[in-house]
Amino acid sequence: MIIASIIDEVSVWLRTPDNWWGPRGIFARLSEHAQMSFAALAAVIVLCVPITVWLGHRRRWGVLAINVSNAGRAIPSFAILVVGTQLFGLQDVPVIGSWFVFIALIVLAAPSIVTNAWVGVAEVPDDVRDAARGMGLTEFQVLWRIELPLALPLIMGGIRTAAVLTVATATIAAQVGSGGLGRFIVEGFALGPDAYDEVFSGAILVALFALATEGICALLQRLVTPVALRQPSRRAIDAAEKSDAPDTTVPTLQAA
Amino acid sequence: MTPLQPSLQPILHPMLASNTERWLWWPWIGDNAGVIRHDLWVHIELTVIAVVAGLIVSLPLGIWAQRRPRTLGPVLGGAGVLYTIPALAAFALLIPYTGSGNLTAVIPLTAYTLLILVRNIVTGLDGVPDEALEAADAMGLTRSQRLWRLELPLATPAIMAGVRVATVSTIGMLTIAALVGLGGLGHLIMVGLNRPIRTAVTVGAVLSVAFAVVADICLAVLQRKLSPWANNRSVSTA
Repeated sequence: MIIASIIDEVSVWLRTPDNWWGPRGIFARLSEHAQMSFAALAAVIVLCVPITVWLGHRRRWGVLAINVSNAGRAIPSFAILVVGTQLFGLQDVPVIGSWFVFIALIVLAAPSIVTNAWVGVAEVPDDVRDAARGMGLTEFQVLWRIELPLALPLIMGGIRTAAVLTVATATIAAQVGSGGLGRFIVEGFALGPDAYDEVFSGAILVALFALATEGICALLQRLVTPVALRQPSRRAIDAAEKSDAPDTTVPTLQAA
Repeated sequence: MTPLQPSLQPILHPMLASNTERWLWWPWIGDNAGVIRHDLWVHIELTVIAVVAGLIVSLPLGIWAQRRPRTLGPVLGGAGVLYTIPALAAFALLIPYTGSGNLTAVIPLTAYTLLILVRNIVTGLDGVPDEALEAADAMGLTRSQRLWRLELPLATPAIMAGVRVATVSTIGMLTIAALVGLGGLGHLIMVGLNRPIRTAVTVGAVLSVAFAVVADICLAVLQRKLSPWANNRSVSTA
């Protein structure tokens, strides 16, 4: 019974045009949310990935790069946001939203990207690098043409983890006065049981946004994976198991 | 709201602005030691419940999925979807059904541990050498004997590595429960934000990080006790 009534209230709330348009509507909150998350993510990628990838190529500072994400997990994101508000205030800055959310999100997103980028490059097999050097590639070419393409799936995996975390944390940022979809949850909760439709709708929107982020990143990760490294789809494996035909790669090689 | 927290009164020291602005104001900590101890205890309690419940769910799930590789994708995919839902949204979605009690905090946190735990359980079981399995079969062990005496003990380092990651992230995520009025150290951060008293923020954050570090060290020690043969190589979970 209670489930039915909540679904009713939520569908009424979501079908109210006023809740979608205007400066406090869903579209405005959604774009704030996306903007906050994307700005922080882009900053981390621009600031951290080049250095980390180079360090991974030199295989330096591995202990730090690997452990930073373990340490990052222990830091509560909510605490970072609150400390950030106290230190930097809530001034609005174009593009990045406000300084404190921006910095807090960077602090939270950086570890998983750094760890994955370092590991991805450093774990390229030695014989592959040696072959590249033997072919006369410079150090930079080894990194750019050999290691980076091989490391891209893992780097993208780190970005994917960070993106989901950033979207989740941008939700909490509403509690300390920032915009974003979390506002519906926080404001509705402050208003009490009568505004529960708003809380519930906000929660659904946040969950959908996070799932969409994850889905898009998963798609990107698959797209940047070199074809040879892609895991064959389940359907392809089934087809290969069922068919009696020999592996087609063998005749091709023989023909060559 | 549940009467989770003992009253924050009495505040014996005058709340001068200069004092509330301090990041570390010892008299406040002394006056509110009871609240702090209570919040820490709730935090420990809920973390233990969530991780243990996560293990109870993911052990059979992981064992089952590892034996049927075809189910592994959907199981991990489902756990991944749960993992993606932001904690604040999950708490908010549960409140109408489970109320503002500890259950509301525990259910999402348990769900978040599943991805990490199932993945590590499967990795651990996959790592059991075929010769060991064949030797167990040759000795006439039944399926369940083989599982309990051979496979699970050999998978322990990987499973414990998963438990460590799950515990540390649960401790961090639990602070978010305070946004919807649930207990734990996040309550102190909320007090610090709303009053505002910066010291409360510091205490909540520092205790949360300290608890995560201590829990991680304790689990690392336990891991070594449970599998003394394994050199302390942690299994990658990134």
